[in-house]
Amino acid sequence: MAAISIHDLGKRYKLGLRQHDTLRDHLAALFRRKKKTTEDEFWAIRGLNFEINQGEVVGIVGRNGAGKSTLLKVLSQITEPTEGEVRLHGRVASLLEVGTGFHPELTGAENIYLNGAILGMSRREIRARFDEIVAFAEVEKFISTPVKHYSSGMYVRLAFAVAAHLDPEILIVDEVLAVGDAAFQQKCTGKMSEVASREGRTVLFVSHNTAVVRSLCSRCVLLSRGAVEKDGDAASVIDAYVASFQEATDTSTTLLPGDFGRGEHLSLHFDSTPRFFQFNCGAEVKLDFTVVSPEPLQGVGCSVSILNLDGSPLVSMSSKVQAVPVSEGSAKTWKIGVDLGRLPLNVGNYRLRIYISEKGRDVARFSDAFTLQVQPYDVFGWGNALPSTVHWGPFYCAPTWRIEPGA
Amino acid sequence: MAAEPPERVLRARHGLIPIDFAELWRYRELFGFLAWRDVLVRYKQTYLGVAWAVVQPVLTMVILSVVFGRFANMPSGSAPYPVLVLSALLPWQFFANALAESSNSLVASARIISKVYFPRLIVPASAVLSGFIDAVIALVILLVMMLAYGVSWRPHLLLLPVFFGLAFLAAFSVGVWFSALNVRYRDVKYIVPFITRVGMYVAPVGFDWRAVVPERWQFWFSLNPLVGVIDGFRWCVLGPQFAPDWGTFLLGNVFVLVLLVTGLLYFKSTERSFADIV
Repeated sequence: MAAISIHDLGKRYKLGLRQHDTLRDHLAALFRRKKKTTEDEFWAIRGLNFEINQGEVVGIVGRNGAGKSTLLKVLSQITEPTEGEVRLHGRVASLLEVGTGFHPELTGAENIYLNGAILGMSRREIRARFDEIVAFAEVEKFISTPVKHYSSGMYVRLAFAVAAHLDPEILIVDEVLAVGDAAFQQKCTGKMSEVASREGRTVLFVSHNTAVVRSLCSRCVLLSRGAVEKDGDAASVIDAYVASFQEATDTSTTLLPGDFGRGEHLSLHFDSTPRFFQFNCGAEVKLDFTVVSPEPLQGVGCSVSILNLDGSPLVSMSSKVQAVPVSEGSAKTWKIGVDLGRLPLNVGNYRLRIYISEKGRDVARFSDAFTLQVQPYDVFGWGNALPSTVHWGPFYCAPTWRIEPGA
Repeated sequence: MAAEPPERVLRARHGLIPIDFAELWRYRELFGFLAWRDVLVRYKQTYLGVAWAVVQPVLTMVILSVVFGRFANMPSGSAPYPVLVLSALLPWQFFANALAESSNSLVASARIISKVYFPRLIVPASAVLSGFIDAVIALVILLVMMLAYGVSWRPHLLLLPVFFGLAFLAAFSVGVWFSALNVRYRDVKYIVPFITRVGMYVAPVGFDWRAVVPERWQFWFSLNPLVGVIDGFRWCVLGPQFAPDWGTFLLGNVFVLVLLVTGLLYFKSTERSFADIV
């Protein structure tokens, strides 16, 4: 049975409409002879058609501006569609943000009740799950402290914890897992997959983190310019999505200004490597880029760090430490190629930071030069792809095992 | 939460949109929670919050009593002037605060409105309700003042909730209009303080209007629904010489009902675009 069916759905926004008219302008306009010129219109989504069956866990992916947020807003009843219709079977809860309605002056406990009520829980439900929520958020000691005294980590943990204990038949989730530190993100992802796997639960899930979508969702819908571009099993749709990303970023005109030292003047050009770089677990990785400087540079060196998403370095490499001979000469552009070989990186997303040095001194830093996305792949031919980073850590390793009954 | 309808259809709606009372009933807990939040936040720094609820009516009472009772020498019959003022100040301040809070309520809740669905009517309604605690505190002050000035407690005091209810309705009906208008027209926020400031003199808070307003204007003056509410309060507190003129009292409240119904219609017809423009 379809839990959500969407027919010819469209939502139009008016561009250039001044959002906060004043009454005075409005009255003045009444006396003016000519009507206002027609406003520009913009269809955020249009002609959407698809059904989601009860119990399905569906990911929605698409670039910024593809219409994901508008779709979620329409499904959550926050805004009305302009045309078409949506039929919903079952109780809907939507989670477009964590901590909606949190008030800084109220204590943790008070905010749990308030936020729970805003998300659609009854007082009885909240009371029944109160202890569970507090334990999940790990804020037992501070539960009667106003949340304005919370650290930002505690705040988002509490906010997510309330949301994670919703129990609707249809759950609509926007990018809310990207909160807290890495450990808590893992816990959130775990909780999400537990929620999603519960019997009969229909989940609609928007995320930029394709690894998470891949691990949570069986089906995936790719939106592009307000329309469905691809709809099918999660793996193939995500591949199409990532490929579309590569096309868009795989241009040598992509510039990235540095953010450190003379970095304001230096820029990176991406030659053959897209900035959003996707490869299979265990594949050989090569980076190619050009450093462009308004002044000639001499004795250029380079170092590269791979970081996890919250910014802790996992591994670094440096031409200086490796004592790579420095090229002679002086030039405004330097071509740099880094052959990383087979990276022992597990499935997941990573950030890549690049430092450029001149005669041994760092002159520029490019904080998020690349995003690496490692896709599941059966590296060793075991018949199993490696589980994601979230549960197994950032590196893979293939040891030899000796397991036998003891004497 | 009560069972929801098995199927919900979301599509563009046009024209007059009826109020879904069943849905409002399902969301009654959220209504309570939002009012509870406003009260809690207001009294969070406890002694300052409660002290404010005491100081404000007492000081206003003193000033009005001195200006109207002493300097302008206005008559109050047999009633002590401070009690005359306070018995009117109570519903007036409840009305003025409720109006200010509810007019601003949707804009102040912009974040929630653009992230979560619930019937938007809850927002101005709970804002009106949250002023209730202040009114109860003022009522305690009034009862004490009555004792201090030797005004005996009449059984009519039990009728006060009825007049409270009428003040609530008046504030809510204007609040519904202004909260919805405020989403689109931000100059509403300048109009409301003006109304409450001027209204204090248009409504007979500081004086007994029967002794002040010329006879031929009295009918029109008493059409103001707040005149009826204030008369009702003084009647309960001070005695039959303040009894409202029940004919104009009724007319005033019919006017409130008209405001309420048109306000709800306007609110419902603009409700669906709140999240897009707030």
